[in-house]
Amino acid sequence: MISRREMLQLGLVSSAALAGLQLGNPTRAFARQSLTQDQLLQFEDFGNLTLIHLTDTHAHLKPVWFREPDTNIGVGEARGRAPHVVGEAFQKMFSIRPGSPDAYALTYPDFADLASTYGRMGGFDRIATVVKSIRAARPDAILLDGGDTWHGSYTSLKTQGEDMVRVMNLLGSQAMTAHWEFTFGTQRIQELIEMMDQPLLGANIFDAEWDEPAFEPSKIIEANGLRVGVVGQAFPYTPIANPGWMFPEYSFGIREERMQQVVDDLRGRGVDLVVCLSHNGFDVDHKMAGRVRGIDVILSGHTHDAIPEPVIVGDTIIIASGSHGKFVSRIDLDVRDGRMLGFRHKLIPIFSDVIEPDAEMAGLIDEIRAPHQAHLSEVIARSEGLLYRRGNFNGSWDDLLCDAMLSERDAEIALSPGVRWGASVLPGEITREDIHSVTSMTYGQCYRSEMTGEMLKTVMEDVADNIFNSDPYYQQGGDMVRVGGLGYAIDPYAAMGSRITDMRLLREDSPIDPARTYVVSGWASVNQGTEGPQIWDVVEDYLRKQGTVSPRARDAISVAGK
Amino acid sequence: MQMNLDRREVLATAAAGAALIALPLAAAAQDGETVKTVDELIAEFTGGADAVEGDGVTIGAPEIAENGNTVPISVDAPGASEILVLAPGNPTPPVARFQFGALAGSQAASTRIRLAQTQDIVAVAKLADGSFVRSSANVKVTIGGCGG
Repeated sequence: MISRREMLQLGLVSSAALAGLQLGNPTRAFARQSLTQDQLLQFEDFGNLTLIHLTDTHAHLKPVWFREPDTNIGVGEARGRAPHVVGEAFQKMFSIRPGSPDAYALTYPDFADLASTYGRMGGFDRIATVVKSIRAARPDAILLDGGDTWHGSYTSLKTQGEDMVRVMNLLGSQAMTAHWEFTFGTQRIQELIEMMDQPLLGANIFDAEWDEPAFEPSKIIEANGLRVGVVGQAFPYTPIANPGWMFPEYSFGIREERMQQVVDDLRGRGVDLVVCLSHNGFDVDHKMAGRVRGIDVILSGHTHDAIPEPVIVGDTIIIASGSHGKFVSRIDLDVRDGRMLGFRHKLIPIFSDVIEPDAEMAGLIDEIRAPHQAHLSEVIARSEGLLYRRGNFNGSWDDLLCDAMLSERDAEIALSPGVRWGASVLPGEITREDIHSVTSMTYGQCYRSEMTGEMLKTVMEDVADNIFNSDPYYQQGGDMVRVGGLGYAIDPYAAMGSRITDMRLLREDSPIDPARTYVVSGWASVNQGTEGPQIWDVVEDYLRKQGTVSPRARDAISVAGK
Repeated sequence: MQMNLDRREVLATAAAGAALIALPLAAAAQDGETVKTVDELIAEFTGGADAVEGDGVTIGAPEIAENGNTVPISVDAPGASEILVLAPGNPTPPVARFQFGALAGSQAASTRIRLAQTQDIVAVAKLADGSFVRSSANVKVTIGGCGG
């Protein structure tokens, strides 16, 4: 009899084979023609259970350009390990040919060129086609939503998340967990839960006053004669990374012992499989997988990593399904006698020019967008270069946002949050929708205030430690705070308090003086009562005055060892 | 502690207990006495005996505090008669001293504490055989970051 580990390895081999698109050598001109929907969906059914994972779409209903990171530093045990591998190293690690569709979908090199060849990715009408196709083969396939679904677009902000609840209901999601959803505030969360056809699971969400569970921790879903225990794990640091005052009733945290207790409870109830639907972030999930016993599959979200193969930790497989609707993961499992005996997996890239839109979902999306379509499609300015955000440090979109704040708010230094959401823009037109894709939120006020040099250093060290702490349980995900008007050097591997050096005020080319006060503009403050115009208005005003922007590589941030 | 209290009452009791313990210490500080070091406080608790690092006492605490002004912590030391909790990074490190009678159903308590900064919370338990065991847990107090 084949042992479980051998089966897992067999599963990994077939997974690796399936991850490649097997396209031969298409030249760019013919690349698109050579991709077919059948190829993208090709999957040899395996075992007796199918999971479908979608996460961190950030409410992007329509297909997007989205450049993957050029910098994603791993610290501690995560150093050099997926997903902390980028570009050509990532291509080598997963046997991806440069210039191929996989290279375009999963890595940053030649992004703008490849984007014009392979087209946008994602779109919920295409995702619906993929989900329906999987369900045609596997009627009991379980669709799970990893959260960060209700936030991130103009329409989700205008409808306060309702558009996404309708979309996920139509898609047939069977459970979700959450993070940015909470930024609509407690009352709105409860209203939206009433509209949902599926539960919002959060084993680690507790009543802040009494320290008792506040959400359903898990749900047992029956599929193909199996009982599947699904545990939800919301983003542990939601009240710290986002404005906790908007949902003061809830306390979060990793709560590893609670996770163990919920898993043990499900095992005690005789489930055949335990799936953790997680918004921990990948490194936190990796650590948790090695410490909590009894989880078969972790569907990992939050850190937006797209990894072509499952990562195996002990008897647990971790699936990372990317962001912005670029990918849907299909995981087929062989489950017998309460054990996972093997798996087959595919990270399905949603090439929007290849996959046929589902008419029913396209109709709903059109209905949602119709009242806003003209407003969203208005061209505000032009860009001569690629605008992108993702990466540990400033992207060209972030530079643009910071330039806008420095100029419109007459500040010496600008700070912009290191979030990982927001679509890229190819050289050409910048529409109003593009601006909202990188700024939409319920606390977008752009403040102007004063900070001492010492305070600036403290803030930067604090954020750096929340990203580069060598213990994943102390990491909050996200990336380094973006800066404008300020240069600095950083050693991510140094200790808390000594990572940031050589802070300089660019306009005077002078060292930051700890005792001096600087005029700082920023947005997305977690503090209650923050005042100022909305960031998207600040950016739009700036862009209108500029007419055309010319993003260029900057050298104000120096990263040790890079 | 009694066995029949429900969980909410236990929480409230524990919190009240912590407040009572803290009072004389705060008063002492006002009287101009020097604040004792963590080592001195532990030595006072153990009567000079060694407290070994071990699993005999566990601390439940968040890795990162959501609000440094009220951090929920719990301590658990099966069979212990007393547990001392210290926050060495606070201006006054003593936090709580829980005593368990012979009839206590479990030797565990929860309370909320204020943390001035990132630090290792320390718990020392006096076990049934009279020996002492200690443990620590790092709790980070941060000004917040940016979500993914």
